[in-house]
Amino acid sequence: MDLDYGPEYDAFRKQVRDFIEAHGHLAPPYAARAARPSSKAVQWQKLLIEQGYTARTIPAEYGGYGAEPDILKSRIISEEFSRAGVPGGLANQGISMLVPTLLELGTEEQKHRWIEPTLKGEVVWCQGYSEPGAGSDLASVKTSARVENGEFVINGQKIWTSTAKQADMIFCLVRTEPDASKHDGISYLIFSMDTPGIEVRPLKTMTGDAEFNETFFTDVRVPLDQIVGRRGQGWLVANATLGHERGMLGDPDALENRLQALIALMQDEPIGQDRAIDNPVLRDRLVALQAEVSAMKCNGMRNLSNNLKGEPGGMAKLIVKLQSCEIAHQISALAIDAMGEMGTLYHRSPRERDGGAWQWNYMFQLGLIIGGGTAQIQKNIIAERGLEMPREPKLAKISDAAKATADMPRHKQGSA
Amino acid sequence: MDFGLSQDQQMLRDAVARCLADTCPLDHVRECAERDNPLSDKVLRAVQDLGIPGMLVPEEHGGLGMTLLDAAIVAEQLAYAVAPVPFLASHVLAPIALSEAGSEEQKAQWLPKIASGEARIAVAISETIEARDGAVVSSADGRLNGTALFCLDFEGADAYIVADAGGRLHLAAADAFRLETIPLTTIDRTRSVGELRFGGTEAELLADDNGTTTARLRDAGRVILAADSLGAGQAMIEKAVDYSGQREQFGRLIGSFQAVKHMCAEMAARHEPCRSLVWYAAHAFGAMPEDVSLVACHAKSHTGEVHRFVARTSTEVHGGMGFTDLIGLHYWFKRIGFDRQVLGGPETVRAEAAALQGWIKAA
Repeated sequence: MDLDYGPEYDAFRKQVRDFIEAHGHLAPPYAARAARPSSKAVQWQKLLIEQGYTARTIPAEYGGYGAEPDILKSRIISEEFSRAGVPGGLANQGISMLVPTLLELGTEEQKHRWIEPTLKGEVVWCQGYSEPGAGSDLASVKTSARVENGEFVINGQKIWTSTAKQADMIFCLVRTEPDASKHDGISYLIFSMDTPGIEVRPLKTMTGDAEFNETFFTDVRVPLDQIVGRRGQGWLVANATLGHERGMLGDPDALENRLQALIALMQDEPIGQDRAIDNPVLRDRLVALQAEVSAMKCNGMRNLSNNLKGEPGGMAKLIVKLQSCEIAHQISALAIDAMGEMGTLYHRSPRERDGGAWQWNYMFQLGLIIGGGTAQIQKNIIAERGLEMPREPKLAKISDAAKATADMPRHKQGSA
Repeated sequence: MDFGLSQDQQMLRDAVARCLADTCPLDHVRECAERDNPLSDKVLRAVQDLGIPGMLVPEEHGGLGMTLLDAAIVAEQLAYAVAPVPFLASHVLAPIALSEAGSEEQKAQWLPKIASGEARIAVAISETIEARDGAVVSSADGRLNGTALFCLDFEGADAYIVADAGGRLHLAAADAFRLETIPLTTIDRTRSVGELRFGGTEAELLADDNGTTTARLRDAGRVILAADSLGAGQAMIEKAVDYSGQREQFGRLIGSFQAVKHMCAEMAARHEPCRSLVWYAAHAFGAMPEDVSLVACHAKSHTGEVHRFVARTSTEVHGGMGFTDLIGLHYWFKRIGFDRQVLGGPETVRAEAAALQGWIKAA
């Protein structure tokens, strides 16, 4: 056990810290980090890329900083920005999902054309994966792309397309080989959201905002070369990207930040002559959550170490998304409870705390528990990959069994 | 930077695991549990052959001078095998108390004997955490009065380290005059506790430092109990997964039902981060002494909660069999129950964690 990063990394940490101290005032406020980055956010992003504090390991020829991958340095950057409460580089679906996918599986032309403007915040992407009938069972996408006159012609519907209204481009899963098996008939296409035949309807959620959209495609024509990977390989391409998304949803620094905000709230929030933190039951829940977060931070250090040594992540990695989302949700729940009646205030009400952020989080985090692989899918993965438990019997067997059951004579109700 | 066990530590873990797999099968645990004195001489000898009693004894006193993380690794394996041997007080807390606070004479008298396995010292500090049944120990002029209720590794001890109401530590011989000892029986037959009643019992002072050493013992004890809970929880999860991979109902392995699968996944998801937390807390004991009290509280309370869930859920996965004595799952269930309560249950420990951070208003 050695928690020291060593002198080279201590020096690097100081360099990051000095940079944040000197330039942190140029960062856009967190709240202004809208889907379409403000000019301030774009400037900040440019500065961070120049310094190597974002897009760090992306080759310079594609607009990144071009450093050798160094997990500890990346970790230090994330820790220091988080500690200072200063936003780091842009984090949107284009940067966290499309760029890694293109780097891994895109053509040279695709890399040159799309990565740099995406990193700079000039091109905003949305993700066309889920459909009304393809959620947890993503491989059952039905949106079709038939080939006609040297073009894909796309018809169908996507759902949960966040930022579709603001996006310039979409990366999208479509069925190009209707006769192939479920997983082998999908392709991964990228195309402009300005293409005729695309209609975006905002999808209002329980938070009262429309963080997502429904996107409809009617005879949308896309050139054949706007495909990543080969025809029918889209499922593999998408899986490369989903791995990146799962990593995105489980950041221990994010949990620590939420916890610190909760502690601050409970130290401020008055109850009579006391503060919320003086209530022994609320305080007990706070310490219990602090222990949970502490365990996840340690688990994060263990994952970092495994990663450094090139060892497989194993169970410590498999559980991150499930646990992080759950703990984040509990943090929001305690904040609301600590506020009592004031915890219900929302919609910019007088006396609302923190701009209603805790209620918004409490609701939105439920979406995160469901999105990016539902908690139930996560549990299947933990059980089947982590614990090597037996898989569900194939559907055909169950149907046979169900049929056999249906054919059996039944007891009439009340006959017993 | 390396957050994990060193190669030596992995070898230690594997060696202890192998030794216990050979010497401490469940049948042996069961046989011991049915005796008046359930401690196993056979397993204790095997553990002594590995040098475990001397792990935390400094090298100049004949020990191995190892760290609390090494001890936590052993604790995890002992719990995994539900080994009925003394460890927490006799091989961890007593050597820490003696080497951190003892006089040169006390060290020379006890530490070599602890390391060789010739002597065992039990430890009673529970009243400094919360006193039950009005128990309190007072000291004056080298004599102790009162009651210490929950003396750990009680059976077969040659002496007792006892905390008084002011947090001072005293050392009393087991055969001291005017000392009455009463064994207590807990759910967990693999560890022994007892009550000490002092009636002007002669004892020598071990630490008079405003409770500093007592606090160190609380921290170390909580980390080791957390590690124990981790080992017992690990065993219970593995057993649930194994059982559900063998048992068939409705023509299917029950482990292929999502209801069962998700129970196991929830156990694993909550259990796995505990391992990192326990490692960190054990490491902090030596490397970051100013931080250890808080993280020891977190490790103790969190493993207590998580493994209560694991103990219950694993039993449920085993269905009726889990509830019987036939497969002996209850030995781990009870070990987890013991780990949770001793040296402060989760609520008590969390209140302490809050106080450490200045979150409790002075009355």
